[in-house]
Amino acid sequence: MTEHAASPRRGDTPAAHAPGHQTTETMTGAQSLIRSLEAVGADTVFGIPGGAILPAYDPLMDSVKVRHILVRHEQGAGHAATGYAQATGRVGVCMATSGPGATNLVTPIADAYMDSVPIVAITGQVASKAIGTDAFQEADICGITMPITKHNFLVTDPAEIPRVIAEAFHIAGTGRPGPVLVDIAKDALQATTVFRWPVETSLPGYRPVTKPHAKQIREAAKMLVSARKPVLYVGGGVLKANASAELRILAELTGAPVVTTLMALGVFPDSHPQHLGMPGMHGSVPAVTALQKSDLLFTLGARFDDRVTGKLDSFAPFAKVVHADIDPAEIGKNRPADVPIVGDAREVIADLIVAVQAEFDAGHKGDYADWWVKLNAWKTTYPLGYEAAPEGELSPQQVIERIGQLVGSDAIYAAGVGQHQMWASQFITYEKPATWLNSGGAGTMGYAVPAAMGAKAGRPDAAVWAIDGDGCFQMTNQELVTCALNNIPIKVAVINNGSLGMVRQWQTLFYNQRYSNTVLHAGPEHDGKQPPAQGTRIPDFVMLSEAMGCVGLRCERPEDLDAVIKQAMEINDRPVVIDFIVHQDAMVWPMVAAGTSNDEILAARDVRPDFGDDLD
Amino acid sequence: MTIMSKHTLSVLVENKPGVLARIASLFSRRGFNIDSLAVGPTEHPDISRMTIVVNVEDLPLEQVTKQLNKLVNVIKIVELDQSQAVQRELVLVKVRADAESRSQIVEIVQLFRAKTVDVSPDAVTIEATGSSDKLEAMLKMLEPYGIKELVQSGLVAIGRGARSITDRSLRALDRSA
Repeated sequence: MTEHAASPRRGDTPAAHAPGHQTTETMTGAQSLIRSLEAVGADTVFGIPGGAILPAYDPLMDSVKVRHILVRHEQGAGHAATGYAQATGRVGVCMATSGPGATNLVTPIADAYMDSVPIVAITGQVASKAIGTDAFQEADICGITMPITKHNFLVTDPAEIPRVIAEAFHIAGTGRPGPVLVDIAKDALQATTVFRWPVETSLPGYRPVTKPHAKQIREAAKMLVSARKPVLYVGGGVLKANASAELRILAELTGAPVVTTLMALGVFPDSHPQHLGMPGMHGSVPAVTALQKSDLLFTLGARFDDRVTGKLDSFAPFAKVVHADIDPAEIGKNRPADVPIVGDAREVIADLIVAVQAEFDAGHKGDYADWWVKLNAWKTTYPLGYEAAPEGELSPQQVIERIGQLVGSDAIYAAGVGQHQMWASQFITYEKPATWLNSGGAGTMGYAVPAAMGAKAGRPDAAVWAIDGDGCFQMTNQELVTCALNNIPIKVAVINNGSLGMVRQWQTLFYNQRYSNTVLHAGPEHDGKQPPAQGTRIPDFVMLSEAMGCVGLRCERPEDLDAVIKQAMEINDRPVVIDFIVHQDAMVWPMVAAGTSNDEILAARDVRPDFGDDLD
Repeated sequence: MTIMSKHTLSVLVENKPGVLARIASLFSRRGFNIDSLAVGPTEHPDISRMTIVVNVEDLPLEQVTKQLNKLVNVIKIVELDQSQAVQRELVLVKVRADAESRSQIVEIVQLFRAKTVDVSPDAVTIEATGSSDKLEAMLKMLEPYGIKELVQSGLVAIGRGARSITDRSLRALDRSA
């Protein structure tokens, strides 16, 4: 516990040695591992020791550069590494032992893979001679994580440790980022070896292309200025490339409307007049409709995910496609591209700005005036909104909206998965990059608390709020103990509607209101089929939070809302959990039902927007 | 309407443990079907070469190669055009043969320029190499005599002419080593 005063930003510079200076020291594999982590600039490791990884924990105790945060469950370590990486832009690190320790990392690794988050997971493995014998706590974690990692390594020779760690961090953090797992046999950690740094990496098959092709850039710029109804369809790749400033210049230069996907919220200010909101299943009507009616999808670091496109063959039927991505395999995967561009979003957008300016100088300027008339009409007619809760009850949207208003857009928000996640994406205003963390691709319930912990550990000066559901919260709340013990004072808003709300919403809409197994707090006398779903209030989240060393608050009435949020904001020596008891029947709107066309978007239940198609 | 067709991919990979598993796992995960796969060493000890025959439409083929290229251990992928490449398979086949039929079988073997590699009183074992079509034709001829056992290799292929697909990759490997 002596380490938590240490600034987690130390060791930022990977070059801990003067240029040209070569370190060569004899030590154990375990020491070599910790020295390598220090050398690549890892400042925070989330993990739990166990048999096979035990040797590494001994030198870790003495490291002044690497802060180890002892989590309560390996899944928490993995999501914390992800939250850390998303909030700081640096590679997150988690550590676990062999067998069940390693398999508990599988969910967060899969999550990081789907959302392209750079993390390195280090796992202990049984001794090399025991590999393959079904030894105690043996699991083939390299085999298990093969399809969910960008790459993984099994290390049995201690001499390879520095090179593998350098390669793992390089692969995780460059190109399209992603998780890398390093599995190290126990005997390799125990053996004596030579630590050499810096090391030469050897990755002949890994050469990510970052510089876009000039001809493609010119072609894209030409299409943009000759389009009449373009949309800048912006995904998480722009955020990861730190291209927020460039994007804004391009958007303002061209005057084209912008939509930001769930993974990109914050990369373009929500308050910007050219921002139409988020596309997709629960996107805003103007964003979804703009893509549908567009004649050019100007796609930057987005991947035409099914949650964005809806039924693919009816998605944006009139649009040509410019598709820029750092991963060539994303281009044309779901939707053919007329102009494919492979490159880092920042370089792509920077080059596009120049190319578009050149088109302007040649007298070619896009005329989007008619388009904006339509867009503005949709914006005015179909703003995001919600039905008020019955008198005296809290509406979940209002709770989330007020948190956003009172806490502000400098804070970091981490959401779980479900209704509360969608409301948090809709009703909090994101103005800056890396202020919105969520599990977009994998949809991992339980993501919020550990991810918030990781974000707060990486950015201790920022206010970090987890917006969680009562279902999600019960999956990973044990990490609040970690937060309480390690001076990581996050805030958790539990949006408690007593049910697995998103599933319940689908049951309401598509399963005749038969609420099979979605009521969370039903007691023995309450089968959960009838309201109120809040039922027994087991567990009591206030008592649970207090037991874990947090401040537990509860809010049940609209008139108390502001006071409770402000009370939480003033507590900074401990984590705070607020149990918001909200109206259980609130639903997420707008909605495009799964598998249907985006043309079938409903602004609210049974409300089909009128797009004035007849006038076209 | 796109038509399924066979494509031959030559894949240069780092000679490291688990590479075959990575490739096989990728194919099954992405729902691509492998018709045949052959792996072996190359002139460079650090590089292995896989010849993979896939039966896909053109667009999924592009996905196959792009996804393969994302594997860190994959150095290079070349699609070999059937008309511009020599493609061979190897088959070993044990055919029922008695004193009466043996000479007929040997005649077939000679017709296809195959080899008899083992003879016993009631069987002969034949080794044959060639294109899939040739081997198929030979096996059809042998079938009436009774095929007792058959083993066939994956297809291997190499481009015609002086150019080599390994040259540049080897230089890259030497540079990074």
